[in-house]
Amino acid sequence: MTPGPATSRPSPWKGWAILAPGVLWLLALVAAPLVLMLLYSLASRLAAGSPWPEGFSGEHYIRLIDPLYFKIFVRSIFQASLAALFSLALGYPLAYYIARSPLAKRDRLLLLVIIPFWTNFLVRTYAWMVMLRAQGVVNSLLMATGLISEPLPLLYNEVAVQVGLVYTLMPLLILPLYANLEKMDQRLLDAASDLGATPSAAFWSVTWPLSRPGVLLGCMMVFISAFGMYLVPDLMGGARSIMVGNLIQNQFLQARNWPFGAAAALALTAIVLGLALLVQRWGRLDGQGVRR
Amino acid sequence: MKGRWLKLYAWFAYGFLYLPILILMLLSFNASRTSSVWKGFTLDWYVKLLSNDLLWEAVRNSLVVAVSAAALSTVLGTMTALALNRNRIPGRMLVEGLLYLPLILPDIVLGVGALVLFTALGIKLGLGTILAAHVGTSISYVVMVLRARLADMDQNLEDAARDLGATPWQTIRYVTLPLLAPAILAGGLLAFTLSLDDFILSFFTAGPGATTLPLRIYGMVKTGLTPEVNALSTVLLLLTGLATYLYQRLTKNGDKA
Repeated sequence: MTPGPATSRPSPWKGWAILAPGVLWLLALVAAPLVLMLLYSLASRLAAGSPWPEGFSGEHYIRLIDPLYFKIFVRSIFQASLAALFSLALGYPLAYYIARSPLAKRDRLLLLVIIPFWTNFLVRTYAWMVMLRAQGVVNSLLMATGLISEPLPLLYNEVAVQVGLVYTLMPLLILPLYANLEKMDQRLLDAASDLGATPSAAFWSVTWPLSRPGVLLGCMMVFISAFGMYLVPDLMGGARSIMVGNLIQNQFLQARNWPFGAAAALALTAIVLGLALLVQRWGRLDGQGVRR
Repeated sequence: MKGRWLKLYAWFAYGFLYLPILILMLLSFNASRTSSVWKGFTLDWYVKLLSNDLLWEAVRNSLVVAVSAAALSTVLGTMTALALNRNRIPGRMLVEGLLYLPLILPDIVLGVGALVLFTALGIKLGLGTILAAHVGTSISYVVMVLRARLADMDQNLEDAARDLGATPWQTIRYVTLPLLAPAILAGGLLAFTLSLDDFILSFFTAGPGATTLPLRIYGMVKTGLTPEVNALSTVLLLLTGLATYLYQRLTKNGDKA
């Protein structure tokens, strides 16, 4: 904003002077690419000797339903749902534990979750490759104890991908869930136990319903990140465990079928945005339902 | 769940988070090149790291991109957050939607999108294109951090400044920005870390010779696991721990101010 006379009433458009640069950047690098990809996905093919597409066709979207590719979408949804569930099973008690800890300890306990979260993604994925590979930590231990004589094929399969997903994405669930649990009114639990509720009854009738918005948000974050994941299946999975992210990468960089790659990327975008909207609406309704 | 069991379970979850990275750190001092069996203590892998020129070039590239991305997105993000704060802005819903997209869209979509954009326009891929893509996503994160702080801020302070005859610019310069300083710093640090950590956007927008640190690590991991990567990971882990601690301190001070 430039210095101006203090007397004049600012026009509502004046704010755009400082809003425009950021918005233009986002339009150019986020919105325009999406529009471009829509154009590509509806074209027949890339024009010879040019980066622009030519022709008009819906074939690339139809091709997504081909069992060969549809299977990849189903696998991704399955892996992402499972990752959200496992993250919840491991992360909920941890978030609950931190939220119930004495105030002085809480920051340190939370920091212990944030440090892995901020650690380079590749390093975290790589740590599990070191654990699971043929000469890795787990196989070496098992062989040293004489339980097995040949290394087990622990890496490069769907189970390894699942472990990698939960490991790298779990903090995405713990952090919003902790924020939710931390705000919870302890007096509600006290009231429940005064009224004769057992700790588990108090948990299921008070804490759990109140924490549902946090659970929803956390699970959504894990699901969305897992669903579009490229690195974990690329590094820890095999040819039979590839996910949507790998399909897109492959179409753009190896197969050079940009229209099909764009169609797959937009299908991924549509599912993610649809889910985000659904959870947002659902979370709001849910929040109203349980609020006092 | 009973307190003792809850505690046990929580520490099991912490174990799951930390065991692999602690083992990785330990193995970075292991003399064996190929196996995970302990063969004695060595610092060889760290010495090797120091003389790995390709790696240092990648570190330099990453730092150049991350510092520029942090500076640019902090400036743009701060302007955006201030504009959206209270002012009645035409088209606000569209701007909000636009800001929401990078937070929710999978990186792979943003990555191939940027690749399509640059290629279609004939822009040569390199550090500049990586930077542009990084700024495109981190503006949203900076705005998010700043708006959380603006929402907590006492609006009366700005009103008082205005009542005392400050121009809108003076109000921002002498009241709003100083109050926002910790959040601006935190936002910048977040943008810096996001850029430094980013693999996917860089993967699709990097040209030949524009290798960043995550791209280099990816190459090392893909071509065979060497203990050098363990050593590098250990260094990164320690730096991350330190940065995370500092970030927490910064945002904490913000809460108190």
